[in-house]
Formats: sequence, C-alpha cells, structure tokens
Amino acid sequence: MQSINSANATNPTELDAWFDQRFEKKLAEREACHVPSMTIIATKGTLDMAYPPFILASTAAALGWDVSIFFTFYGLTLLKRELDLKVTPLGNPAMPMRLPNGPDWLRGKELKIPTSLMANLPGFQDAASSLMKKGMREKGVASIDELRAMCVEADVKLIACQMTVDLFDWKRDEFMDGIADWVGAASFLPIAQRSDVNLFV
Amino acid sequence: MQSANATLDARELNCPLPILKTKKALTGLNPGKVLTMLASDPGSVKDMESFCQQTGNELLESSANGGEFHFLIRKA
Repeated sequence: MQSINSANATNPTELDAWFDQRFEKKLAEREACHVPSMTIIATKGTLDMAYPPFILASTAAALGWDVSIFFTFYGLTLLKRELDLKVTPLGNPAMPMRLPNGPDWLRGKELKIPTSLMANLPGFQDAASSLMKKGMREKGVASIDELRAMCVEADVKLIACQMTVDLFDWKRDEFMDGIADWVGAASFLPIAQRSDVNLFV
Repeated sequence: MQSANATLDARELNCPLPILKTKKALTGLNPGKVLTMLASDPGSVKDMESFCQQTGNELLESSANGGEFHFLIRKA
C-alpha cells in the first residue's frame, strides 16, 4: 500500500486512508509489547484439584506471562506452610482405582467398585491419597510442593482471601512465606478485569 | 549440526516439568547460546514448539528417537 503523507492529505478519503495506516501500525506495536496475563481463582484444597492452578500458573510464568492466583475457601489450604493434601473418592465417580502392587492378576486392573462405597471404608482416603502420590512420583509428575515453589520462583503472585482466613480462624503464621497479599474480592477483581485469561478452579 | 552450549536432561519428567526446567536452563544462558533438551514425555514435542513460539526462542531442531525426544533451542 502506498504511504500517505498526512501533511498532503487534505480530502476526507485521503485522511481516512492515512488514519487506517497509522492505526494498523499502532495496533501492531501494541500487540508486540503486550505481556499476556492470567488470573486464577483456586477454590479447592484436595490433592487432585491442587494441580490445575499450579500447573497452569507455573507454565504461564515460563511462557513469560504475568500470573496471579487468588486462593479462597478450601483453596487457601494450598498455601499452608505444611501441605498434607488428600484425594477422596467421595462424590468423585470418575476417579480410577487401580492397585499398583499385589499379584499379577490384580495389579493395574481397574477395580469395578463404586467410589461411593469405597469412600466409606475406614482409612480408604489415606490409602487412595498415598497411592495417587506414589503414581505421580513414578510417572515423573511434580509434587504440589515442587510446583508451588516454582510458582514463587517465577514471580507468580499468590493472593490469599482474608475473609476465608477469618472464617476458618486460621492464623497468618500457618501459611507459607511469600504470599503477595491478603485481600478481598474487591481487590482481586480489578486484576482479573485486566487479565487476558481468567480461570475458576 | 549445531553444537550445544548446555544440556538439560528432562527424561522421565512429565508435564509441565520439561517446560519449566527448559525455561530455567535458558535463563542461565546468554542470548544466542544453544540448549540441548532431552525428554521422554511425548507431549513435549508440541509443547516445546508452543513454548518457543511464545517466548521468542528459536527451536532449531526437534527429533524423535524411539521413546526419546531431542530438542535444540537457541536463546533469543
């Protein structure tokens, strides 16, 4: 396209063409220096549901994005100094149940017992949790501690919901170091408003 | 073939660790230097393409050898 000199553009058609050219150029400039951003709202505190926010946040940070996670309700458990996360088959019918150990005929087979029944067995939740952690180690999946540390290292902002802390009578010293802020919804929403991606987990 | 300035062994690691460790390894390199990355996660083939596209680092080579994947990345 022929370049248009604004000084020579006297009629509306030429001015329009000049503006379109400038506008395209400015948009491209803005696009080039735009840092993508993501906000995540983490509301669950179980071992399985701890993964999506930390995996997505650490990966986005590796891609050079600005990332904030707002931890609220049970999600705040993920910021405790000592993590002791569990997974439960209760209300979780899609959870596959396989024995990693035992005789050949049983090992690796999916157990066809409804999770609603398994959930009632004493000690089952602990067993299921340690089996899942074991499986993750064997498959080279990072632990939540590891992913969380990588998020901190990559400057992911970990934001705690102050209302939840009050609600459950938690103390701030029960939580990890490096929490960016202790705030409410009104402080988080403006960050979410400006972000390109917002996820609720 | 391009010779590498550093090597990262991310075999036996699963998503997103190969990407996170690649990012870390690149941070320690000067621009223009080349990192070799080894992975066993089949997802890493598409993930490395996307990572390089997003971060502006150049994916010089991506090859598969049995169950292993080799990548050469030039730091931007």
